[in-house]
Amino acid sequence: MSLQLFIEQLLNGIQFGFMLFLMSAGLTLIFGVMGLINLAHGSFFMIGAFSASFVAGLTGNFLLAILASLIFPALIGILVEFSIIRKLYERDHLDQVLATFALILIFSEATRYIFGAFPLFLDIPNILQGNILLPGEIVYSKYRLIIIIIGLFIAIGLYFLINRTLLGIQIKAGQNDRQMIRVLGINISRLYTIVFAMGAALAGLAGALIGAIQSVEVGMGEPVLILAFVVIVIGGIGSIKGALIGALLIGVLDTMARLFLPIFFELIMETSQALSLGSSLASMSAYLLMALVLIFRPTGLFGKK
Amino acid sequence: MLTEKKFNLIIVLGIFAFSLIGYVINEPYFITLATKIVILGIAGCALNLILGFGGMVSFGHAMFFGVGSYVAAISAFHSMNGETINLIFFDFNGSSQMLFNWFLAVIFSMFFALVVGSISIRTSGVYFIMITLAFAQMTYYFSVGWTKYGGEDGLSTYVRNDLFSINTMLPLNFFIICFACLCVVGFILNWVINSNFGNFLKGCKENEEKMISLGLNPYTLKLTAFVISGAITGLAGALYVDLNRFVSPTSLSWQTSGELIVLVILGGSARLFGPLLGAIVFILLEQFLGEVTENWQFWLGVILVLIVLYFPKGVSGLFIKD
Repeated sequence: MSLQLFIEQLLNGIQFGFMLFLMSAGLTLIFGVMGLINLAHGSFFMIGAFSASFVAGLTGNFLLAILASLIFPALIGILVEFSIIRKLYERDHLDQVLATFALILIFSEATRYIFGAFPLFLDIPNILQGNILLPGEIVYSKYRLIIIIIGLFIAIGLYFLINRTLLGIQIKAGQNDRQMIRVLGINISRLYTIVFAMGAALAGLAGALIGAIQSVEVGMGEPVLILAFVVIVIGGIGSIKGALIGALLIGVLDTMARLFLPIFFELIMETSQALSLGSSLASMSAYLLMALVLIFRPTGLFGKK
Repeated sequence: MLTEKKFNLIIVLGIFAFSLIGYVINEPYFITLATKIVILGIAGCALNLILGFGGMVSFGHAMFFGVGSYVAAISAFHSMNGETINLIFFDFNGSSQMLFNWFLAVIFSMFFALVVGSISIRTSGVYFIMITLAFAQMTYYFSVGWTKYGGEDGLSTYVRNDLFSINTMLPLNFFIICFACLCVVGFILNWVINSNFGNFLKGCKENEEKMISLGLNPYTLKLTAFVISGAITGLAGALYVDLNRFVSPTSLSWQTSGELIVLVILGGSARLFGPLLGAIVFILLEQFLGEVTENWQFWLGVILVLIVLYFPKGVSGLFIKD
């Protein structure tokens, strides 16, 4: 294998990692601040992808499509938070699991009803098609590079939001002591709505960005959701930094395992078997990492006990 | 309002009656539905032992269900095609005997539960939810990659296994076998929950420190419950293979774990047989809505949300007085 291929795959892993980060950032904040297990977070990923491909089909403008992938999920997030989620904060995790599981059914079926059962497509805009030559003779997809850059900007933006703004201080305070910030006269239900909408928007953005690489279909959010849960558990629940590091770890590990394990097994068995064993072991790698992390650090890498 | 004993009796007899009606009016599909309810009910009640009474939210019970399914299916598969499995000490030819395959399924899922439980129970809360999920996902991907037994396409066993000289292919006969299993499992779980062990387990859920100060070891208590629960779920998995004569990685997927949790919460986790009622409501709703509308999943979701919001004790909370 050439070094170029290795670096290309490494970049793919980082790109996948940033995608997972966009999903996990919202998930970890929603869990950290409101104590809510939100299984329906994957639905916002799907809604983002569908609204982007709908707006792109209508206007032909990719930027507008991306904008839609932030706004629609946020609006739906606010609506759902207001009508259902709000009543679940005081309940135990079990009720939250059942209610948000039910929300997955509702969102998926509604999307299928509106857009039909066939996958949609979202085209990469012309200027982002094709490859770019990076230093060191590495040829890499322009679009994937843009995803990495967007992810990087959002990570930096979230860092400033959490550490340098009033909203961020309120969010951190909400994680530490809910009662106290209520006593201090901060409108906590407004804060909850904002955090939920923000998480939904980030998930929607992730869906739209990925939607241009894969197809846009019902149920596309759930596999990503489960991996995002793995990420936030590895990083420590509630920690944005943990989510970023966990996401990049999982992204790179998963991509590299997919590349190397089949090659490794080909040495000791026939090709078709090696491919299927290698790819199934690669899918297991993220969960294996999570189990290992939890065995040695039961609250994740950056979680508080 | 009913006492819990009457409630248990009524739903168990109700399922039996439903299946008999299906037999009388010659509607075998009713019997199949009742069998499905019984099998998923067994798995739900097993999950509820650790979830409702032990406070351990396992998001990976599909693992035990699926392991039970796969073990039973692989044994039946080998007995059918005559291929032997070379184990170190002896050759295994597979078996077409239900009792033997159940036994294998229970032993294997107990073993999985012991390994997974001994690691997972060191964590708690949401970390416990996620680590059980992680182990289940690993078995899921393993089954997808295990092409010898069908991989992603699953494994067909074509005929049901044998039990004594009963014709298990007749729906009513197979229903009665599953029903008998349900009764046995019900008695075992009832005994476990009302024993000293069961009281200690409930104590661990309420206050672990108190249990430690009483000289008990919460870890061992929880692990024991986890293994019992895994074993019974494995039995349900083996029965499910016989019902469908087919097993696929879906039975190991996180959706299956999620559905089992849904059965428990829907029926009410505070009661031993709550999940059985949950299975009745879930499967009949699925069936009924599926006939009325194409978008039945949407309405199922709406009904589930309403139940969570307005009946926090689950459906069984409507019938049982405290």
